[in-house]
Amino acid sequence: MKKRKLIFLVPYLAWIALFVIMPIILITVYAFRDEHGFTLSNFSQFFTNGTFLRMTLNSFWYAFLITALTLLISYPTAYILSRMKNQQFWLLLIILPTWINLLLKAYAFIGIFGKGGLVNSFLGLFGIGPANILFTNAAFIFVAAYIELPFMILPIYNAICDVDPAVMQAASDLGANKWQAFKRVLWPLSKSGVQAGIEAVFIPSLSLFMLTRLIGGNRVITLGTAIEEYFMTTMNWSMGSTIGVVLIFLMIIVMISTSSSASRRKKREVKL
Amino acid sequence: MKKLVIAICSILVVCLGLGLAAQKLEGNSSSSGNKNLIIYNWGDYIDPKLIKKFEKQTGYHVIYETFDSNEAMYTKIKQGGTGYDIAVPSDYMISKMRKANLLEKINTKKIPNFKYIGSQFLGKSFDPKNEYSIPYFWGTLGIVYNDKYVKQGSIKHWDDLWKKNYRHNILLVDSARDIMGLSLASMGASMNTKDSLKLKMAKTKLDGLGPNVKAIISDELKMYMIQNEAAIGVTWSGEARTMLDSNSHLHYVVPPEGSNLWFDNIVIPKTAKNKKAAYAFINFMLEPHNAAQNAEYIGYATPNIKAQALLPKEIRDDKQFYPSQQAMKNLQVYQDLGPKKVQEYNDLFLEFKMYGR
Amino acid sequence: MKRIKWSRLYIALVLIILYIPIFYLVYYSFSSGQNMDRFGHFTWVHYQELLADSRLLAIFLETILLALLSSLVATLIGTLGAIAVSQIKNKKIKQLLLTLNNVLMVSPDVIIGASFLIFFTALGIGLGFGSVLLSHIAFSIPIVVLMVLPRLNEFDYSLVDAARDLGASNWQVFSKIMLPGITPGILSGFFMALTYSLDDFAVTFFVTGNGFTTLSVEIYSRARQGINLEINALSTIMFILVMIIVIGYYFISSRSGKKGGRLL
Repeated sequence: MKKRKLIFLVPYLAWIALFVIMPIILITVYAFRDEHGFTLSNFSQFFTNGTFLRMTLNSFWYAFLITALTLLISYPTAYILSRMKNQQFWLLLIILPTWINLLLKAYAFIGIFGKGGLVNSFLGLFGIGPANILFTNAAFIFVAAYIELPFMILPIYNAICDVDPAVMQAASDLGANKWQAFKRVLWPLSKSGVQAGIEAVFIPSLSLFMLTRLIGGNRVITLGTAIEEYFMTTMNWSMGSTIGVVLIFLMIIVMISTSSSASRRKKREVKL
Repeated sequence: MKKLVIAICSILVVCLGLGLAAQKLEGNSSSSGNKNLIIYNWGDYIDPKLIKKFEKQTGYHVIYETFDSNEAMYTKIKQGGTGYDIAVPSDYMISKMRKANLLEKINTKKIPNFKYIGSQFLGKSFDPKNEYSIPYFWGTLGIVYNDKYVKQGSIKHWDDLWKKNYRHNILLVDSARDIMGLSLASMGASMNTKDSLKLKMAKTKLDGLGPNVKAIISDELKMYMIQNEAAIGVTWSGEARTMLDSNSHLHYVVPPEGSNLWFDNIVIPKTAKNKKAAYAFINFMLEPHNAAQNAEYIGYATPNIKAQALLPKEIRDDKQFYPSQQAMKNLQVYQDLGPKKVQEYNDLFLEFKMYGR
Repeated sequence: MKRIKWSRLYIALVLIILYIPIFYLVYYSFSSGQNMDRFGHFTWVHYQELLADSRLLAIFLETILLALLSSLVATLIGTLGAIAVSQIKNKKIKQLLLTLNNVLMVSPDVIIGASFLIFFTALGIGLGFGSVLLSHIAFSIPIVVLMVLPRLNEFDYSLVDAARDLGASNWQVFSKIMLPGITPGILSGFFMALTYSLDDFAVTFFVTGNGFTTLSVEIYSRARQGINLEINALSTIMFILVMIIVIGYYFISSRSGKKGGRLL
């Protein structure tokens, strides 16, 4: 039995060693290295050059806005959904778009937001001249929120469904108005779903470099875009790794402060 | 257990089927890998009909991959593990690749059609003896504007881009050397400067352009300009040519205070696996009729004298696209500035992008 | 009553927003024009172009091949790993392994992509199908483990003891008792890995090369050259495929009744 257990364990441990530990070590090594050997210059550049700090702050700000927008749209959706007939069917309708490739959806928005696109022809009906929509911050945030929406709706929906309707009934029997019932009962009880949703949306929002390029026109640079640029375009792997290490570090902080580590699992669990 | 084994086996069989089908579609089923020619080129930088013709004539199978900046291409080739037989870098990148020992020597004697290349395009500083590269296209960097939004003739100089009334209306091409270069040229500095202070100043000046910049993109710039999405675009001459052909409101200007004159040349990377095919391809592209067809499709200026003569007169004589010797005096060819300086250009440009609006 | 109407309206609005981009793509895939601004006249021409585009079709097949192969390997390694992990008695070691397992689940895709790129370069592994396959296997393993583990935890080990008492060999215990018990977990792990792989863009973008691309990467590079209605035709076909799969799934799952409540 001992031996068999080893056979079970070896490929898995090899995977952990090669694809989890090694990459982390390598990216850290690159962050602290230049052509002469060990250096802290990348980090000092990162923390003294205002541009990098600004970019990091911006990046978190955008991720926050995207998360807030999705939460704002998702919570009522999830609530109404949980009170409807044929929930399975409606849920399926909401999940369906996640099966369409993300890039295709982003590509659709290039057309929709263009000067002659859907939104502007719609505005044109009201005599509002063609507006600049593509390549604005708002466009980027909207498209990102659009893409993350189902991943926020589902965990919240699951959490709300877990709330015993009798509890809500009891609340209103005891004279709570709707707002009180929501604030005192529903919200606290569905908080775990909200938390899972936030985690499922916030971290991926930091690395949507394809959207910053296609929809943001490179006018929105997030940490993800910066890493991609340093690795794939300017070939400055050590600076890219430095930003990566900073991002990992910030993530750990976010993670510890919101606990629960298997966040993305929840995000994907809904996809089947 | 049995069911699982059956499931695994059937998945494997499906995989095998998919693999075979995919290979058949790619057309490289004729096993011997030596029938393939992998070309690494800029997006939309060759007439696809010519690739078809080449395949038909020679029996080679062409795999066409694209990049959108010299730097990205360099990264991929330097990183290794790639097997490109042909690449089309620009001037300064050629000398950089040469120094990094990434290029295969080219024996021009084995390319009969080499004789059609005009002598003024040979022996440039990035490859003095033409041992490593064969001229493909050449052109300039300039400004395209749309007279629907901008009064005709009101844009002549780089500095005009900074005018307040073009807020959120300029598209820039995503290329560090070009955008840093235009800022340098607008300050009257050399586009090849190694002076860190001047570079910093150029970057600071660029930050001021930020609010006017709508997007920093690559190939799609062409489409957006044609669709009247923005008033002004900074791009290369050949791209401009295509835009002007599709939208009569567009105009192309090369600022007289200085701009870039560039050459894109064909090279054979050291990683090439099929040199024979590469030579055949180069010779094919230099054949005057093919070169002329390519030049008409792409819109860039061809260095092939015989092909130039085959082009329609109005293209040949267009001063914006085939500038006179006089106008070419103010144009600067990018030099390879060494890895350190190039890094500085790239990093400053990226910082400009990060700086935002 | 009125309240319900408002809520219906809200859901309808959300659904409209969710589907507008998709139908927009579908609509213009039949347009004869060159862009998504004006509908020309009805035409099949973009579908014909798509069918003639053997490179795109090959990429489509290769993407599926990659997804199947990587999820298969990931499921094998992940299942074995989950079984091994579930049998570890030492709590600290177990916790450590689980934490390491989750690292790839929570890391942003760019970080995974960038660090794998460094990793492959350091090992001198050429970029192409191989490196992409390895990466996809790598990021699919943890999800398989996470899907299989709960089944193992629910697993009734007295069954194993009973089988032993009846004289079953180790192999028999494994294949006749353990595996059937956790098969649902393995299957959902496999499908999860499949969607992961099909969905991935960022990681593949970093580690691909040498002419190998997946559908996502190809769409990205084509979208960067501007609008091309061939892509619209492709999305229409993909949308129909997804619809068929999902509707099929819906009917199967609703007929088998029960379970319901939640999608998996």
